[in-house]
Amino acid sequence: MFEHLRSALQSLTSNKTRAGLTMLGVIIGVLAVVLLVSVGDGARVYLDSTLSSIGTNLLFVTPGRRETRGGFSHPQSGSAKPLTMDDVHALERQTHLLTSVCPIVEGGGAVRYGGRTRDTMVAGVGESFGVLRSMTINIGTHISSEDVDARRRVAVLGRTVVRELFGNENPLGKAIRVANGRFRVIGVLEPKGSTFGADMDDLVLIPATSAEDLFGQEFLTSILTAVRSREDAAPAMEEIEQTLARRRHGERTFTVMSQDDLMNVFGSLTSAMTLALLAIASVSLIVGGIGIMNIMFVSVRERTREIGLRRALGATRGDVLLQFLVESLVLSSTGGLIGLAIGVVVIAGVNRYFPDVPLRLSAWIAAVAFGAAFVVGVVSGVVPARRAARLDPVEALRYE
Amino acid sequence: MSAAAAPSLAEELPLIDANGIERTFRMGDEDVRVLNGVSFSVQRGEYVALIGPSGSGKSTLMYQIGCLDTPTAGQLTLAGYDTATLDDAELAALRNQVIGFVFQTFNLLSRTSVVDNVALPLRYAGVGLKERRARAREALSRVSLSHREDYSPERLSGGERQRVAIARAIVTRPALLLCDEPTGNLDQRVGKEIFALFEELNSELGATLVIVTHDMTLAKRARRVIELVDGVIVNDATPAGRA
Ligand SMILES: Nc1ncnc2c1ncn2[C@@H]1O[C@H](COP(=O)(O)OP(=O)(O)O)[C@@H](O)[C@H]1O
Ligand SMILES: [Mg+2]
Repeated sequence: MFEHLRSALQSLTSNKTRAGLTMLGVIIGVLAVVLLVSVGDGARVYLDSTLSSIGTNLLFVTPGRRETRGGFSHPQSGSAKPLTMDDVHALERQTHLLTSVCPIVEGGGAVRYGGRTRDTMVAGVGESFGVLRSMTINIGTHISSEDVDARRRVAVLGRTVVRELFGNENPLGKAIRVANGRFRVIGVLEPKGSTFGADMDDLVLIPATSAEDLFGQEFLTSILTAVRSREDAAPAMEEIEQTLARRRHGERTFTVMSQDDLMNVFGSLTSAMTLALLAIASVSLIVGGIGIMNIMFVSVRERTREIGLRRALGATRGDVLLQFLVESLVLSSTGGLIGLAIGVVVIAGVNRYFPDVPLRLSAWIAAVAFGAAFVVGVVSGVVPARRAARLDPVEALRYE
Repeated sequence: MSAAAAPSLAEELPLIDANGIERTFRMGDEDVRVLNGVSFSVQRGEYVALIGPSGSGKSTLMYQIGCLDTPTAGQLTLAGYDTATLDDAELAALRNQVIGFVFQTFNLLSRTSVVDNVALPLRYAGVGLKERRARAREALSRVSLSHREDYSPERLSGGERQRVAIARAIVTRPALLLCDEPTGNLDQRVGKEIFALFEELNSELGATLVIVTHDMTLAKRARRVIELVDGVIVNDATPAGRA
C-alpha cells in the first residue's frame, strides 16, 4: 500500500497543474459541505443557546390543543376555552412541583411620554416574571404581587424604551401613557441585547391584570411556570394538566410544553435545514468526483504503454488496479484536506470578524466532509482503475 | 507462485519448451493465424537469435514465451512450469522472477530517475526500497551506467537508454532475457555494443538470450538462429563456423 502511495504521489506531482485543477472540484465540494452544514449546525446551536437563555426549566401553558411533538400545527380554535387569572390561582394552590406561576398577557401599542411616542411590545406579567425569564431590574423595582392583585397602573421599561422616550432623563416615578392608560414607571430592566434579531429591550412590562383592563379582555395569552429541576418537568406537566382539566370538566383545551419540547421542535427544524444544505453541498462534491473520474480515464489512456510495461515487469492486475485507485484517492483526499483547511480558515475568520453570524464548525462536519471526499475518490477511481487492470498487456505495450 | 510447485529437476529440463504453439487473432469475422504450430526448446545458457520477415510473428511468439499472451493452442513449459495451469498472479511472478524483457522502444518511465526505473521490477518482487536501490545500482554498474543513476531517461542517448532497460531486465536476476529487436532504434555501432553487452551477460551471468533481430550480421553472432516465416519455424540451425 505504501508503495502505491509513493508512486501515486510521484505520478501526481509530475503533472501538478492537472492534479491541481482536478482537485479544485473536490476542494470546492468539500468547502461547500463544510460551510453550508456549518451554517445549519450554527443555527441549531444558536437556537439552543437562545432557548436556554430565556430561563431554565420553564413550562409553557397555552390555550388550545396542539401536538407538542412533530412540529407546529395551529391550535384548534373554537373549542379553546381561554386561560384566566383563576387558572393561575388554581395552579398556585393545587400544584406542588411548580416554583411559581406567572400569567402573561401579550399586546402592543403606542407608549408616550412628553412629546415622544414609541410603538413597542407591552406584556402583562405576574410578579415572578423577572425570575422566570431571567430579567433583572437595573433601577427601581419589579412588578409585585400587590401590583397584580390591585390591578395597579405601574410599568417597568426596557432599556430601548427608556432611551427613546426619556433620553438621559430619569424615568422613575414618571407617568407615561400606554395605549389609553396612564402608567407610572417603577423600574428599568437590565439590558438583554437581541435574540433572533429582535431587540429584547424594546418592551414595557405591566401587571397582567392591568393589561387585561387595558386591552379590554378577561383572558391570558399564556401561563409561564417553572420547576426546580429537569426531572420535575414531566410530573409537573401532569399536575398542570390535571388541575386545568378539572376546571374544564375534563376537557383538555390547553397545551403544556416544556422547554425541552420547545427545543425539540426547533431542533427538528434545524436538523431538516442542515440536511437540506448537506444535500445541496453534496451536488458540488459529486461534480468534483466526476472531474476526478474524467481525469483518471485520461490518465489510464495516456499511460497505456506504462501499464503494459508494468505488467511485463511483474505487476498483477491487482497491482495496476491499486495503483490507479490510490492515485484517485490521493487526489480526492488531498482536495478534501485543502477544502477542509480553507473551510476552517473561512469559518474562523467569520467567527472572528462577524461574531453575530452563527457559523460553527464541529468535528462531525469535518469528518463527514473528509469522509465524503474519500468515498468520492473510491467511487470515481474504481471504474478507470478497473479499466486499467483489465487491459491486455500485449495490446497495452503495442499502444501508440 | 509456490515453491513446492517447482519441479526439482528444473535445472535439467529445458528453460523453454514450446510444443505446437498456435496463436489466432480474430479480425472482424475472419480468424488470422499468426503462429501456426511452433515447436522448439531452449536450454539454460543458450544464445538464440530469432529472425524472419516483418509480420512473420516474431513479436507474437515472444509475447507467448514471455507469458504476456496466451496461446490459442499448444503447450508451453517455462522453467518447468506448464504456463496453462498458472493464474494471473503466478504468471506475473514468473514474468518478474524468470524473465527479463528488453523492447525496441526501451519503455522507460520518463518521469522516473534511471535508478528507480531499474529498480521497478523489484517492487513487484516485494523487495524493500533500500535494497531495491542497492540492487538497481549494482545492475547499473553491470551495464557501465553508474554515473547516470540520478538522470532522467530523457537526457540519455539511445544506446544509454537501452542499457538502462537491460539493467532493468537483469535486476531480478532472471534466467531468461527476451529481447524484441533491441537494436532496432539504434545505429549499427551502438547495436554492436548492445550485443556485446548481451553476450557478456550470457557468459558471465549465464543468462539465456532469445533476441529478435533484423540485422543478419548481428544474428550471426548467436550460437543458434531460428527463422520464422508466416508463423512457422523454417530454419533452426547453428550458423556455419560456430560451435
Ligand atoms: N492483437 C492482434 N490482432 C490482430 N492481428 C495481430 C495482433 N497482433 C499481431 N497481429 C498480426 O500478426 C502478425 C505478426 O505480428 P508480429 O508478431 O508483430 O510480427 P513481427 O514481430 O514478426 O513483425 C502481423 O500481421 C500482425 O498484424
Ligand atoms: Mg515485431
